[in-house]
Amino acid sequence: MSGQAQSLLDLYRTMLTIRRFEERANALYMEGKIPSTLHLYIGQEAVATGVCAVLKRTDYVLSTHRPHGHAIAKGVAPRDIMAELYAKVTGCCKGKGGSMHAGDIRVGMPPAVAIVGGNAPIAAGMALACKFQKNGGVAVSFFGDGAANEGAVHEALNMAAIWSLPVVYVCENNLYGASTSFSTVFNIANVADRAPAYGIPGVIVDGNDVEAVREVAIEACARARAGAGPTLIEAKTYRLCGHSRSDPLTYRSKEEEAVWRARDPLVIAAQRLKERGEASDADLARVEAEVKAVIDEAVAFAETSPDPLATDALKHLFVGESA
Amino acid sequence: MREIRLIDGIREAMQEEMRRDPNVYVYGEGIGPRGGNFNETLGMADEFGVRRLIDTPISELGFTGMAIGAALTGLRPIVDIMFWDFAYEVAGQLINQAARIHYMSNGQFSVPLVFRGVVGIGGGAAGHHSAVPYPMYAHFPGLKVVVPATPYDAKGLLKTAIRDNDPVLVFEHRGIYSLKGMVPDEEYTIPLGVAAVQREGSDVTIVALARMVQVALQAADALAREGVSVEVVDPRTLAPLDKETILASIRKTSRVLVVDEAYAPYGVGGEIAALAADEAFYYLDAPIKRLNTLSAPAPASAVLEAEMVPTVDKVVVAVRELMNQ
Ligand SMILES: Cc1ncc(C[n+]2csc(CCOP(=O)(O)OP(=O)(O)O)c2C)c(N)n1
Ligand SMILES: [Mg+2]
Repeated sequence: MSGQAQSLLDLYRTMLTIRRFEERANALYMEGKIPSTLHLYIGQEAVATGVCAVLKRTDYVLSTHRPHGHAIAKGVAPRDIMAELYAKVTGCCKGKGGSMHAGDIRVGMPPAVAIVGGNAPIAAGMALACKFQKNGGVAVSFFGDGAANEGAVHEALNMAAIWSLPVVYVCENNLYGASTSFSTVFNIANVADRAPAYGIPGVIVDGNDVEAVREVAIEACARARAGAGPTLIEAKTYRLCGHSRSDPLTYRSKEEEAVWRARDPLVIAAQRLKERGEASDADLARVEAEVKAVIDEAVAFAETSPDPLATDALKHLFVGESA
Repeated sequence: MREIRLIDGIREAMQEEMRRDPNVYVYGEGIGPRGGNFNETLGMADEFGVRRLIDTPISELGFTGMAIGAALTGLRPIVDIMFWDFAYEVAGQLINQAARIHYMSNGQFSVPLVFRGVVGIGGGAAGHHSAVPYPMYAHFPGLKVVVPATPYDAKGLLKTAIRDNDPVLVFEHRGIYSLKGMVPDEEYTIPLGVAAVQREGSDVTIVALARMVQVALQAADALAREGVSVEVVDPRTLAPLDKETILASIRKTSRVLVVDEAYAPYGVGGEIAALAADEAFYYLDAPIKRLNTLSAPAPASAVLEAEMVPTVDKVVVAVRELMNQ
């Protein structure tokens, strides 16, 4: 879907789909239906939604250990992600990836990279291919504030800059890398402050304002497609949930959480929709019901889907091999 | 004696050594006030302060290199890499630097570094949180490789590792962190390079490591009911390797199965097979057998996972096959 064509209500629907997906996934995880761990995207929905709204289906997105929001925004079907969380054979990675590796080639999303910072050079490489093939494509790397301190991110940004690659680096600064707060691991106020050192634009945006995010993404993607090189976008946002399962959240204050809860991206978007007369309470209730139906269907699909066959364990290690 | 969990043994080893030697300190992500991803350093920041429990940025290559530098010049760092999967991103610091500096400097510098983290396939953690990479590190000269299987061993071996003057890598299986076992009340250490016979038997030797020791012991119980007497030998350290204990067991039983959660190719089983062929060939009554995780990345699905890793049932079947040869 092309971003400029999407109304704020469309963006709201995507954000709500992510929110309700995550809430349901969390409940199912607590019930023991989903294995391993879950990193939820609750509170950051505007970033993935605003950025991916600008992308074409054929553009690329690379995600992290926290990938459900990016996947939904890029167009992976919620049912395919939910089934992957259940590690079912109908999941987007056929039960081999699980939560931390959601992705789907049909929408330009390789399996998410749970090695923190590990996706940044890969995104540069995808952008290099777009440039070689002159297909006008763009690659987007989503990464966290914590990831920004990985050497791989630095190396990738520099190479993307010197070769003017069509890639957009989107740092979601949610103030924490797991339990480690931003100020204890940065001597600067903003990740975007590093951009000038690579000779590329650094843009700070309110990551809880989906339209503001979309604005900066439009410009960064246009720049990338025009051959002018990468942009480093820093979206200031906040996880309104724990880092992963069983996070006691002792490292941040209730006051800080309250400040950000008041800036919930969904609340901001809903208020704006009503202020502008673009949606009534009834419209929002309808969207809520539509989203609920999508999530209900996704869960039913995951629950009733079969497990992979044990005989598939060695399939797809190499191209053309189906063991 | 008192009962502790394996993870407690890890923590106690670090605590005791930090009390003994002010130059011992810990580097890692969230190992300070948070107490580590697995509670491995819980409470330690309170006792030793954040000066000695250093919460790092997510910069593994950087802080591992820093730990090597600090080790070269007088400190005794313990690096907590969390998951060994992340060490693939860091391996050059361990292999090119830590392992080689003592030799390259002709003994002028040494690297008293401990680098520890979790290994193991389980719970659908999938491709980036399931590494079992100790064979790869045991391949390289200059690195010591510790793979504990019990709380007693975890504590005693880690204490020795911290006192060791060379780089020691410790691979702790997440699946046995809660395993309970007895440890002495008084201080003890366990030398590197000494295997443990975890169960005595006469018909077949199972060499197993980490969580697979528990799997082998359960299989041995089942096989005992069939009248097969299994000896379980845990090398405990792969480098140095206690060849004598392993060979003595093989000479006694004449049959050997190596059960290892790491992949088979170029691994522990191949090494033991070569050892047996070299030094116990005429004692063998059957070909040496290996049971490993199937050669593919760890999958999320429990069905695929169960297919891939060695289980009690698979060990029982493998031993029966050995006994029929
Ligand atoms: C290379 C690597 N180091 C450490 C981890 C463990 N880990 C997983 S998420 C995380 C925090 C990441 O923080 P940030 O990049 O800010 O992303 P956020 O979780 O806030 O979305 C850490 C340390 C990892 N998965 N990979
Ligand atoms: Mg973060």
